[in-house]
Amino acid sequence: MNSPGTGTGQEETAGAHDGNGMDSRVIGGLCSVLPIALAVIFAACLPTIATGDTIRLVYNWVPALGINLSFYIDGLSLTFALLISGIGAIVVLYSSAYLAGHHHLGRFMLYLLMFMASMLGLVLADNIITLFVFWELTSVTSYLLIGFGHTSAESRRSALQALLITGAGGLALLAGLILMGFAAGTYELSEIIAQGKTLQSHALYTPILILVLIGAFTKSAQVPFHFWLPNAMAAPTPVSAYLHSATMVKAGIYLLARMHPALSGSDIWIWTLTIFGAITAVMASVMALRQTDLKLALAYTTVMALGTLTMFLGSEATVAVAAAMTFLIVHSFYKAAMFLIVGIIDHGTGTRDVAKLRGLAVAMPITAAAAAAAGLSMAGFPPFLGFIGKELKYEGALAIAAEPVFAATAVVIANALMVAVAGIVAFRPFYGGRLETPKVPHEAPFRMWIGPLVLAALGLTFGIAPSLIADTLVQPAVTSVLGRPETVALALWHGLNVPLLLSVITFVLGISVFAFHVRLRQVLIKFNAAMGISADRMWDCGLDGLKWLAAAQTNLLQGGMLRRYLFTVFTVLAASVGVTLAMTGAVRLPQTWPALLIKEWAVVALIAAGALMTVFTSSRLTAICSLGVVGVGVALIFVMFGAPDVAITQLLVETLVVVLVAVILLRLPGLYRHASRPGHGLDAVLALAVGTVVTLTLLAILDTPLDRSLTEYFEANSVPAAFGRNIVNVILVDFRALDTFGEIAVVAVAALAAYALIRRPKKGEAP
Amino acid sequence: MNSLILNTATRVLVALMLVFSIYMLLRGHNEPGGGFIGGLIAAIGFALYAISHGSEGTRRALRADPRVIAMIGLGIALLAGLISALTGDALFTGQWVFLGGENGSKGFPISSVLLFDIGVYLVVVGSVLTLVLALEEEG
Repeated sequence: MNSPGTGTGQEETAGAHDGNGMDSRVIGGLCSVLPIALAVIFAACLPTIATGDTIRLVYNWVPALGINLSFYIDGLSLTFALLISGIGAIVVLYSSAYLAGHHHLGRFMLYLLMFMASMLGLVLADNIITLFVFWELTSVTSYLLIGFGHTSAESRRSALQALLITGAGGLALLAGLILMGFAAGTYELSEIIAQGKTLQSHALYTPILILVLIGAFTKSAQVPFHFWLPNAMAAPTPVSAYLHSATMVKAGIYLLARMHPALSGSDIWIWTLTIFGAITAVMASVMALRQTDLKLALAYTTVMALGTLTMFLGSEATVAVAAAMTFLIVHSFYKAAMFLIVGIIDHGTGTRDVAKLRGLAVAMPITAAAAAAAGLSMAGFPPFLGFIGKELKYEGALAIAAEPVFAATAVVIANALMVAVAGIVAFRPFYGGRLETPKVPHEAPFRMWIGPLVLAALGLTFGIAPSLIADTLVQPAVTSVLGRPETVALALWHGLNVPLLLSVITFVLGISVFAFHVRLRQVLIKFNAAMGISADRMWDCGLDGLKWLAAAQTNLLQGGMLRRYLFTVFTVLAASVGVTLAMTGAVRLPQTWPALLIKEWAVVALIAAGALMTVFTSSRLTAICSLGVVGVGVALIFVMFGAPDVAITQLLVETLVVVLVAVILLRLPGLYRHASRPGHGLDAVLALAVGTVVTLTLLAILDTPLDRSLTEYFEANSVPAAFGRNIVNVILVDFRALDTFGEIAVVAVAALAAYALIRRPKKGEAP
Repeated sequence: MNSLILNTATRVLVALMLVFSIYMLLRGHNEPGGGFIGGLIAAIGFALYAISHGSEGTRRALRADPRVIAMIGLGIALLAGLISALTGDALFTGQWVFLGGENGSKGFPISSVLLFDIGVYLVVVGSVLTLVLALEEEG
């Protein structure tokens, strides 16, 4: 993992100009106006939401399909919206200093704000199709952000991996959402939620649940999809802070919370979420300990947090959901702060390797203070909000009906390791004797330290006065998640009880792990090397396999030779239509010879003779002319049976084809070369098969009564409605004019494409 | 192709074919014909000209690059479809004006439908000639 500081070498001068000559301070200031304004607007909704009301805005989008651009603000979506816009403002300001002087700073801000808008759309959407559109937009914008340093192959790989995994999950989610809309009879989330658990008795409940969970688990990096998240750390640090800790990865959690009133409570929901969440939490916290890169360690703790949240959302208990919502807020505060601080360390020293960083507190006092506050909140020490969150988690884990001991054990292990990681990330780099670093450590500019400091301070403020968020955010959010009115009280002191005891155990365990973490890490690294297999490696194998399969089947079916394409197309045609005919028993052989006039028999004979001549001639020119004879014969049939327009067109096209082919023919080798090639017999068999199948199909069609309603409609309406007696032309230019427009567009594009293929490149031009 | 008979005959034939193609285009709404057929006839006429007089001469006779002709045709067809927006009808709804219509006779019809057919005509001419001329010049 290379340093995100690449390309930001000149950031020492905090007011450096970007490629457009605009001061980065101006860019940062201007761009942060939007998120700040949004945060203020959302904050203004707080009093309404706190009283239990909700706000709904609807614009019709595709009314025919029941798809509306509708938005819904309740406790849950408001909590997310505030986090997204608030942390968004901080990250925008921070990035303007972090990437100052980067020649793509403007582009970066665009991506970041686009992402923010998508994320807000996602959490505020009321229509599940709208929600899905924004869900995909977050995947796309995060792809752009992860791949921001697109000159590095690793960035590109990580960006693609994140896009493919979340995109695949998105497809599953889309299927799940459509099924859900079908089962519930509405695409409005608020209406689905209002139906309560009725969806669970629907036959489609299990497929819906599985598909939605795949979507949520891929987005929120649950095992076995966890590996893309640490790889996404290839993004610039502010992106990691924003997308991969505070917002995007929580989209899956949001989805689970949003669907909770409708989908939760069944055995499959409870067990899947509890088990996957617990495994993810424990596995990720062990992996976090293994890392020496500060950013990677934080990335794994994020996965751990997502696992914990998933586990708690598996439960129906009020206290478990309250724990999830509180931890969600706590985690966003400290994790965003920690990521930003790691960015400052990287920016100020030139390295993120924990082994090379010591004693930075002297050079970076403000950052050290913010790190200490965020670290204490992360480790769950009183009086920080993290402590309240952790106590609630223990209470919630014990209330998980499925398996309280399993859940509580998982939480204790994960939290103890979290204490150790907090020590490694937030304290170890700042204290002790100074080590040599690539750059001389220095404090970051104001725009960079203000964000983490504010976030850390909020963690402390809300810890001391938890009622500030208890009534306004947590309680309405819990009410939304459970779909029933709830009262939640947060307090620092819960009395002497089991959670407090578990807290003490956590601290003892965590601090001892921290004390031995260097040795422990060696063991973990050795263990990992001995295993020799990782999800990331398996991903590569899977992707390579897929590419191989794609290449193999393309070579097989579309080998680049026209003959093979035609062979494939006609084989599929003959086989599929033939099998259908045989299976439906639609084969009808005529019982008598048709009563045709002599001239009609003559035309049939002409066509047959032309076809035979085409097949058996050894000269290209003869072949194409005989094919022309077949075409002219068909045109004659059109004339005889009253379709002059079609006949004229057929005749003209035949003429043109003969002219065009005659022009090309002179340049091709003689036909005899292919006359004896192996596989000729196969071609003949195929040709006979296609001919037979098409004939049988036509006979079957003729055997059914002809539906003349369309013909009658056009006959009746052609003159009065479209003022034309030639029905074919009236259909082409009036009744179905849009179709015709599409067709002529195809004709024009095809001509241009063919032109590009056959024209001779001019001198000096690439062919 | 250097043939005196072909060259001489082509001059007359091409002129006739072009006139005939426009005749087919204009009468298409009521009798067999229309933009597609008319366009094909004109294209064959120019193809004949290209065979006898070469592609350079054909390009001069056309005065515009066939690709441009095709694109202009596509634009005209789209424009014809958009006219209905002025009256608030759905896209591609035919719009008709009857000039000098008095009691009994409807008058001289002018319509967006004809404009659309002219667009089709130009697309077909342009597209086919793009191919024919490119093939002629390729060898």
